Amino acid sequence: MDFHLTNEQLMLRKMYREFAEDHVKPLAEEIDEEERFPMETVEKMAKLGMMGIYFPKEYGGAGGDVLSYAIAVEELAKVCGTTAVIVSAHTSLCCAPIFEHGTEEQKKKYLPGLLSGKKIGAFGLTEPGAGTDASGQQTTAVLDGDHYVLNGSKCFITNGNVADVFVVFAMTDKKAGNHGITAFIMEKDMPGFTQGKHEKKMGIRGSSTCDLIFEDCIVPKENLLGKVGKGFKIAMMTLDGGRIGIASQALGLGEGAVEEAVKYTKERVQFGKRLSQFQNTQFQLADMHTRMQAAQYLVYSAAMKKQNHEDYSVDAAMAKLFAAEAASDVTRRAVQLFGGYGYTREYPVERMMRDAKITEIYEGTSEVQRMVIASHLGVK
Amino acid sequence: MKIIVCVKQVPDTSGKVAVNPDGTLDRASMQTITNPDDMNAVEAALKLKDETGCMVTVVTMGPPPAMGMLRELMAMGADSAVLVSAREFGGSDTYATSQILAAAIKRIGLEPDDIVMCGRQAIDGDTAQVGPQIAEKLGMPQVTYVAEMHKTGDTITVKRMLEDGYMTIKVQTPCLLTCIKELNTPRYMSVSGVFETYSKPLDTFNYESLKDDSLIDATTIGLKGSPTNIFKSFTPPLKGAGVILEGDGKETCEKLAGILAEKHII
Repeated sequence: MDFHLTNEQLMLRKMYREFAEDHVKPLAEEIDEEERFPMETVEKMAKLGMMGIYFPKEYGGAGGDVLSYAIAVEELAKVCGTTAVIVSAHTSLCCAPIFEHGTEEQKKKYLPGLLSGKKIGAFGLTEPGAGTDASGQQTTAVLDGDHYVLNGSKCFITNGNVADVFVVFAMTDKKAGNHGITAFIMEKDMPGFTQGKHEKKMGIRGSSTCDLIFEDCIVPKENLLGKVGKGFKIAMMTLDGGRIGIASQALGLGEGAVEEAVKYTKERVQFGKRLSQFQNTQFQLADMHTRMQAAQYLVYSAAMKKQNHEDYSVDAAMAKLFAAEAASDVTRRAVQLFGGYGYTREYPVERMMRDAKITEIYEGTSEVQRMVIASHLGVK
Repeated sequence: MKIIVCVKQVPDTSGKVAVNPDGTLDRASMQTITNPDDMNAVEAALKLKDETGCMVTVVTMGPPPAMGMLRELMAMGADSAVLVSAREFGGSDTYATSQILAAAIKRIGLEPDDIVMCGRQAIDGDTAQVGPQIAEKLGMPQVTYVAEMHKTGDTITVKRMLEDGYMTIKVQTPCLLTCIKELNTPRYMSVSGVFETYSKPLDTFNYESLKDDSLIDATTIGLKGSPTNIFKSFTPPLKGAGVILEGDGKETCEKLAGILAEKHII
């Protein structure tokens, strides 16, 4: 396997890093503290083409590749987990299913706005009673002439309060189980569609998370995404891609914590020595860096496989499982190395630790990833 | 209309400065960046491109690795690039460099409505001589220290920033402008720009390409053609931390006067 990045990917990493240092890092603490969605950052990222990195130019994308997208999320997450997930959910969970399953008319109608970042995308699958068991959808869609009528609700929807376009799943045939789920493209102003209040979260506090409520919501028939009854498959395929985004977010969070811990332990003096001179510190940091480097190989490998149109489902699951657990462990260890200061909001590592936890939960918990991997091994 | 921007790859002075035994900079062992003032010149050119649709060409003289910098500038939006590189050009001082760059600009071709832009000065030499010398050798008007600029027809109105004030000057194209950081904030590369940059034209001008120009002569280029001799290059020793006296009362003033008297300054 070739682990060398292309000249373009190296150049993009430099650009993403400079942008993140100049415009994302200075806001990270504030948006966390105020639980404020950083719309100004989204507008800046849009101008640079970061809201449609791996989609073709004919639909308004930047004409890049999946690994260049993963590196963007990674570099953003090094300084701000919130900003990283905004890009990840928008790209992987809304732009990707429309690009991969939409009709030519749907792509022409929705992608230019989304990929240029003028519009923000979101994804509505999870319901109060359908989390890990996504097949338990209670939201219904009933065909009525030239439109569907949706009733029900979704919860924990990333970008929910700020999105203009949503990919939403509903039961069109309750008796058919998974085969009765259908996907729809929805717009925020559709009659009967409202967004609930902002969820107060432990981490990624600047990201918008809310309920979606459908009350006799009218969705034109032409907004059906894919085929009737194929929604569950679309959801699972979308989540495979989404896991590359979340794995990249976890990767960046862990790497960011290592960078902060290296910097801090070289400065902090205790017992007349810099912390970095103690073998415990050196061994901790060596382990932390090694874990994140291993995570990077898994994440990049999954991204390259998706780019090459190879089957990447299990690779994405392994990347997300490993990167998320590594990020949680590494950010926790970073707080420990900082000691009391690490527990204060004066330093970013406690925020990184809070942000990292969600990567083990959303877009498939670590347990779900293990189910996917075990199934791939034929272990039943 | 086109804009030719002269840029230089310089050592990143946020790292350690390495010096060769002969006193010149050991550029190979240092991280490099595009000279900051040159980035302002590139941004000014790209803004004019946004407004008028003109072409922007970036030119640098340096070793082949400088091509990476040129690709980055094209990823920001420049249309083409020229690397001026030859063993014969090595060791050039500002006189020889401006001689070679002026010949390169003549080879690219200058039309009546064209503009040449440079940064005010490079952070490695801090001479601010190359831009003005290029203008002299091309026989074109020059305005230095550009802090604002507006183009109307073939006239550019420039706000020139000096130490003790501003000067507003109107200049006609073709002309050369040297830019300062107050002029603008350089843009980032864009994602699509990065994916386009390797398909944009990057020419290399070597000694053979330029040798027939009247400016190019063994006595005017390279180390031999450079009247400047470097006596010594070194990293300046760090200054000690200063002392800040707090308070605005008589007591603070007396304390300050006491310290100055102790050091025989007053």
